[in-house]
Amino acid sequence: MSALDDTICAVATPSGEGGVGIVRVSGSQALPIASQVVRLRCGKPLSDITSHQLYLGKFLWDQYPTSDRVKQGTATVLDEVLVVAMRAPRSYTGEDVVEVHGHGGPLIVQAICEALTQAGARMAEPGEFTKRAFLNGRLDLTQAEAVLDTIQANSLHSLKLAQEHLQGGLSGVIQGHRDTLVKLLAHVEAGMDFGEEDIQFIEQHELKEKLRKMVGAIEKLIESAQEGRIIREGIRTVILGRPNVGKSSLLNAILDVDRAIVSKIPGTTRDVLEESVTVEGVMIRLFDTAGLRETTDELEQEGMTRAEEAIKQADVLIMTFDQSQPLTEQDLGFITRYNQQPRVMILNKYDLPRRFSLDDFHRIVKENDSRDEHETAYVQASAVTGEGIDQLKRTIKKLAVGKRHEAGDSVLVSRLRHKVLLQQAAEALHNALAAIDDTQSAECVALDLRVALQALGQIVGIVTNEDILDQIFREFCIGK
Amino acid sequence: MKECDIVIVGGGHAGCEAALAAARMGCQVLLLTIDPQKIAQMPCNPAVGGIGKGHLVKELDALGGEMGVNTDKAGIQFRILNTRKGPAVRATRVQCDKELYATSMQETLAKQENLTIVAGTVDRILTNNGAVTGVRTSTGDTMATRAVVLTSGTFLKGLMHIGLTHLPGGRAGELSAEHLSDCMLDFGFEIGRLKTGTPPRLDRDSINFDVMAPQPGDPVPRPFSFKTQHIPNPQIDCHITFTNEQGHDIIKNNLDRSPMYCGVIESTGPRYCPSIEDKVVRFADKSSHQIFMEPEVLGGRSYYPNGISTSLPIDVQQAFVKTIAGLERAVFLRPGYAVEYDYFPPRQLHETLETKLVKGLFHAGQINGTSGYEEAAAQGMMAGINAALRAKEKAPLILDRSQAYMGVLIDDLITKDAREPYRMFTSRAEYRLILREDNADYRLKEIGYRLGLISQQEFVAFQQKWEKIDKELHRLGSTHTKIPELERQTHITFDGPATSTSLLQLLRRPELSYKDLHPFLHGEEETDVEVTEAVEIAVKYEGYIKRQQEVIEQFKKLEHRRVPEDFDYQGIKGFSNEVAEKLKKVRPSSIGQASRISGVTPAAISLLLVALERHKKAS
Repeated sequence: MSALDDTICAVATPSGEGGVGIVRVSGSQALPIASQVVRLRCGKPLSDITSHQLYLGKFLWDQYPTSDRVKQGTATVLDEVLVVAMRAPRSYTGEDVVEVHGHGGPLIVQAICEALTQAGARMAEPGEFTKRAFLNGRLDLTQAEAVLDTIQANSLHSLKLAQEHLQGGLSGVIQGHRDTLVKLLAHVEAGMDFGEEDIQFIEQHELKEKLRKMVGAIEKLIESAQEGRIIREGIRTVILGRPNVGKSSLLNAILDVDRAIVSKIPGTTRDVLEESVTVEGVMIRLFDTAGLRETTDELEQEGMTRAEEAIKQADVLIMTFDQSQPLTEQDLGFITRYNQQPRVMILNKYDLPRRFSLDDFHRIVKENDSRDEHETAYVQASAVTGEGIDQLKRTIKKLAVGKRHEAGDSVLVSRLRHKVLLQQAAEALHNALAAIDDTQSAECVALDLRVALQALGQIVGIVTNEDILDQIFREFCIGK
Repeated sequence: MKECDIVIVGGGHAGCEAALAAARMGCQVLLLTIDPQKIAQMPCNPAVGGIGKGHLVKELDALGGEMGVNTDKAGIQFRILNTRKGPAVRATRVQCDKELYATSMQETLAKQENLTIVAGTVDRILTNNGAVTGVRTSTGDTMATRAVVLTSGTFLKGLMHIGLTHLPGGRAGELSAEHLSDCMLDFGFEIGRLKTGTPPRLDRDSINFDVMAPQPGDPVPRPFSFKTQHIPNPQIDCHITFTNEQGHDIIKNNLDRSPMYCGVIESTGPRYCPSIEDKVVRFADKSSHQIFMEPEVLGGRSYYPNGISTSLPIDVQQAFVKTIAGLERAVFLRPGYAVEYDYFPPRQLHETLETKLVKGLFHAGQINGTSGYEEAAAQGMMAGINAALRAKEKAPLILDRSQAYMGVLIDDLITKDAREPYRMFTSRAEYRLILREDNADYRLKEIGYRLGLISQQEFVAFQQKWEKIDKELHRLGSTHTKIPELERQTHITFDGPATSTSLLQLLRRPELSYKDLHPFLHGEEETDVEVTEAVEIAVKYEGYIKRQQEVIEQFKKLEHRRVPEDFDYQGIKGFSNEVAEKLKKVRPSSIGQASRISGVTPAAISLLLVALERHKKAS
């Protein structure tokens, strides 16, 4: 773990040309360090400026700056900049933060960073600003994770998901369950601690009904975890098929660029190539693999091992068949062998004379594989003419993401940590229900409910025992 | 100057246990109290125990404390509460004869070796270099000592309210202690103010019990103490009646004369023991509240109407009480009142109950912001033990949250910001299934024995009991029968395979008790209730108990990550001022304890862990 008491800096805007490039500095020495590389037009030292206000100044630097030279005004003026200081704790990280807004362009922002590091700052590690914000208590855990997701968001949908989390979408839902659970637990606990009082506590059947409802909702959240990951990381899509059915041509067609080397020689693709393309706001990560066949070529064998590995981790398989050739034993082997994931059957080379029809193929698949039909889609395509390629892209998305997020209203769980904690909560609630059915005593039921509460609390980063007592005293007139 | 090892200031429930424990551990103890006749009074309700509180008394008893034994001597109605719930929340509650309670405790104190009782009010605690050297009384006498246990109850600047009039006093008819608070301020202690209240006392001869439902005790009373063989007093009934809307209206119409509602009392009272005016205002939709009519003395005239504590003016109290069924002609022996008093927020204490500011000074009872005889006694005992251990220069006794309610109590006091007088509930104990009344001896007796508070004879009896339990468990595990045989004996139908099953397996079934197994034990069944109960609990709750024990392992890990006492919280980057202040005030001894401080977030704990790592590397 890196030290927290040093001052870090990093370019805060995306790389590449842009109107403005912002460098952010955070830490106890942010102001003194930044003072060494900028001079304000108003003449004030940085330590005297008003927090959260923009100041015009100059960025001064040469290869070997000393603070004396900056003061004397002999250093090179490299850019006109705007400077804003945000003093602790009213900043994103909770520390003193200085932002230097220069003109966009990789060279300028790079130079500012270099100057800052020479002045004593350290280049930030990825996500370190957020980490500091979290450690300084500026964000709760889900919010901190969401910021990281926002930064890493690779498509519109994942950005939206990240934003939802940031605004507390997941926090809000979990918080809701947590609050309900606190209320239910308050009834169970009060029934034990204040059983002598003249109070009506919750009926067992009502408790059970509410718990069942909650388990249902939590289990739905767990189911959405898989989908959440796909939206965050992209759909892992593996193109496979026997050699020379046109897998690499298909990749090029989907990407609309010549990415993979294409030749008529079987076994041209040796490694797994990865590329990505965005379809309707969702990223598809395409993995082109070596054609699968018996071979003695060591390099090709290694390629195939990697292909098998990629297939295992895929969300969707694109199984490629050559329509201009009769189906081979090997083709049929694929159909039965790779049936663990949703898959698109591509009948490629649609532009050439066909040796079998879609209907024939359909029938053959059904004969060889009894799997549920809606997990398999069929597309006729030509990598050469581009026919069927759009349909292919949309089909991939539909298979991986389903209908749910298109409705846009459900909260998706996209972190493994959340998923594990939700599973813990669901398991504990099931145990509690079983304990009630087994006529176990209230302490035992309460024990399970507390485990569930703890797990939910950990997702939003709060765990407290006092809440239950507060709830009891709010709801019941205690005290004989 | 006279000299002793330990001075106990105050003769309430905390003071008694502290004095007895320290004297029994071989220290010369002086108990100073305003009026020795009033030692071990029960100024509020005439009962000991209850849910959570009964647990504390059982633990106290297992450690060698006196409250349980004394309650058995004074008990006039014994009940086990929550019998229909599980074993962890079953609790003993005993209605006591207040006079008997006080006199028998006073006798015990009088007989105690090494203990001297003197009338007096302590004005100053004398110190040298931040450590206790003695005390000075209001008459100017001084006493040199190595430790002081302060158990001054509600007497520090006590102010009693009846309606809008108020007068200084610690309890009805007793003076308050005015100077000690100032001395404590000089030491730099932070002082807070709390409020508590008590109902009026009514004359038995003016009460019509015929219209009230009687509430009897258990048919076979079971004593509090593991030591008690015999309960000496006859058993009586209590009675239940209810308030009504007519009475509530009287209260609502007179709130402008309530010191609570017109701002005369600003300190906080307990939410779990609200005054009747509080109940009527806060739960306006409740048309009636329950009242238990409890005798204060066996055969005496004073009755305690439990449930209507109040500080309304006397005429309003009387008008209100007369609306209650059976109390239409009730004669007041004493009005209800509220009392405000100084307390010292207990985060200023170590886990030993020694203050952080003054070495050798211990606080116990209501001055730590707790309420209840049992909570006070538990702290008194821990303070007395630790004062004695300190005087003998031995390692302190600290019980953790997984060992005892006493540990939960003290840890809560140190880490939580009490906004109201603190009372024990079982829901405060996260390891509730382990902290039961029935196994208090198992958890604590050996500790009491090692301290010299449990006699050899008692300890042997305790060991024999648990040997019996082990043996019985072993026997049930190795004795087998078949379901059809069981059905024949019990005349109940069971599902399950017809193969041979151990009695232990059968006992796991919720519908079976140890009694049902008698036919298979060939006339050699165990008859000691303590033993058979322990066996049933061990078998029926095995899974849950095992789970709790696993969680306790985790808990111990965090408790064992120690934080140095002089750790520099100011030096930690990123702490909010609030968190830094809280940690500086409490100075938690471990990461586990730090995480329980109110307002300390998990993020702050991550930071603290980082800082501790760095601290360790640097040193």
